[in-house]
Formats: sequence, structure tokens, C-alpha cells
Amino acid sequence: MDKQAYRDLVKQQQPKVPYLKNAITAFLVGGLIGALGQALVTLYMNWFGLNEQQAGTPMIVTLIAVACLLTGLGVFDKLAGHAGAGTFIPITGFANSMTSAALESRAEGLVSGVGSHMFSLGGTVITFGIVASFVIGVIRYVFFGG
Amino acid sequence: MNYLLAFCFCGFVCLLGQIIYDRTKLTPGHITSLFVCLGACLDLFGWYDWCIEVFHAGALLPITSFGHSLMHGAMAMSEEYGLLGIAMGMFDLTAAGITSAILFAFLTSLVFKPKS
Repeated sequence: MDKQAYRDLVKQQQPKVPYLKNAITAFLVGGLIGALGQALVTLYMNWFGLNEQQAGTPMIVTLIAVACLLTGLGVFDKLAGHAGAGTFIPITGFANSMTSAALESRAEGLVSGVGSHMFSLGGTVITFGIVASFVIGVIRYVFFGG
Repeated sequence: MNYLLAFCFCGFVCLLGQIIYDRTKLTPGHITSLFVCLGACLDLFGWYDWCIEVFHAGALLPITSFGHSLMHGAMAMSEEYGLLGIAMGMFDLTAAGITSAILFAFLTSLVFKPKS
């Protein structure tokens, strides 16, 4: 059997990815999280008399807390199984990756488990975020004057 | 109207992520890293600020806004302290998000047992 025939055979056996269904679910779930965030911003603006920019931070903190709690309860992973990028692209995905890493390593103890493994999944976002921002920040500072 | 705009933008970014996730072999870690870098790049000419003005919370929630906030804190501080300010102000705006994520993840790991 040559390579091409082998590749075709493998392709036949692989489960078909439901691209359209996945895309629509991701759009709807991601959109709902966005709308929920907007609702929280409106709520905080009315309750605490903040302007829209100030209300952004408590909104993000609230969603992170909810995502952590749902991860602890085991609900988030079930939802993420269906929604895919709909849950891991918003900030909830970052909270979920930190919490699940912390939960999994809990058995190894608080310091050598939770403390040192918490960033094992979510740390990549921080690393690449900082490297990219630093490089682009320097470019912007040098060429465009900040 | 704001709800619809937030829904559409956040949904659209997730849709892009899902298409990349399905069509390539990249993991969620790769895709979120890519989107953070994208957010920082979009801030080079202030395009992401425009997105936040138009789409409100919808633009604050996707992980692209993390890169944008890192950049913003850095640039604000660099006005006062020059190049060193980029390092000093990097975490200024994202501090609340990172702190709360660490805190709640720690508390959750104390209270709950892993489910799977």
C-alpha cells in the first residue's frame, strides 16, 4: 500500500468533524457570554454608579468567579465539551484552565501541587501575552512615541 | 442594541477560534496564545480601542482583550517613565483579572474534589 492510499484510508476511518454545528454552537455560546457580560456591566453601572470603563473590571472578576465555581462543580467541562471555542476564547477559558490545573494537582499537596501547577495550562496565555505586548510596546514607543 | 453588538462580536471571535480549532491540529492553548498576541497587535494603532467603543463588553471578554489591556497598562506607564515604564505598567490593568483567577482557582481547589 503506498502512502497516498494509506492516507485516504486513515481519512475514511476518522470521525467526521461537524464543522458547521461546532461553529454555530461556538458562536451562540460565545455570544451569550458576551451578552451576559454586557448585562453585568449595565447592572454594575446602575447599582454602583460606575461609568462603563470602570464597570468592566468587576464584570470580568464576576465571570472569572462563576467560571471557577462551575469548574469546581464539574459543570464547566461538560459545557466546554459541546461549546468548544465558545467557552475557551472568552476569559472564562483562562479561569477554567487555572482551576482545573489546580484541582488536578490538589492530591500532590498545596505547595508542590496547587501552587506550582496552577499555571501549567493557563500560563502560556500570560507568557505570550507579555512577550507580544513588550515587543509591540517597544515598537510603538520607538516609532510612534507611545 | 448593546447586547446584540456584544453578542455578535464575542460570538464572532469564538467562531474564528472554533474554525481554527476544527481545521488545524492546534490545541486550545495554542489558539488562546495566538489570540492574545493578536489582541496586542491590534492595539498597535489603537484599533482594539475602537472595537471596545463599538462593541462594549463583547470586546472586553474574549482573550484578545487580555493582550490589549497588557499593552494599555504598559503604554500608559511608558509616558511617564519611558522604556522602563513598559515593564512597570504591564500588569496594571490586568491585575484584577489575574489576581481573581488565582484566588478563586486556589479556593476552588480547597473546596472541591476533581470530578474526572
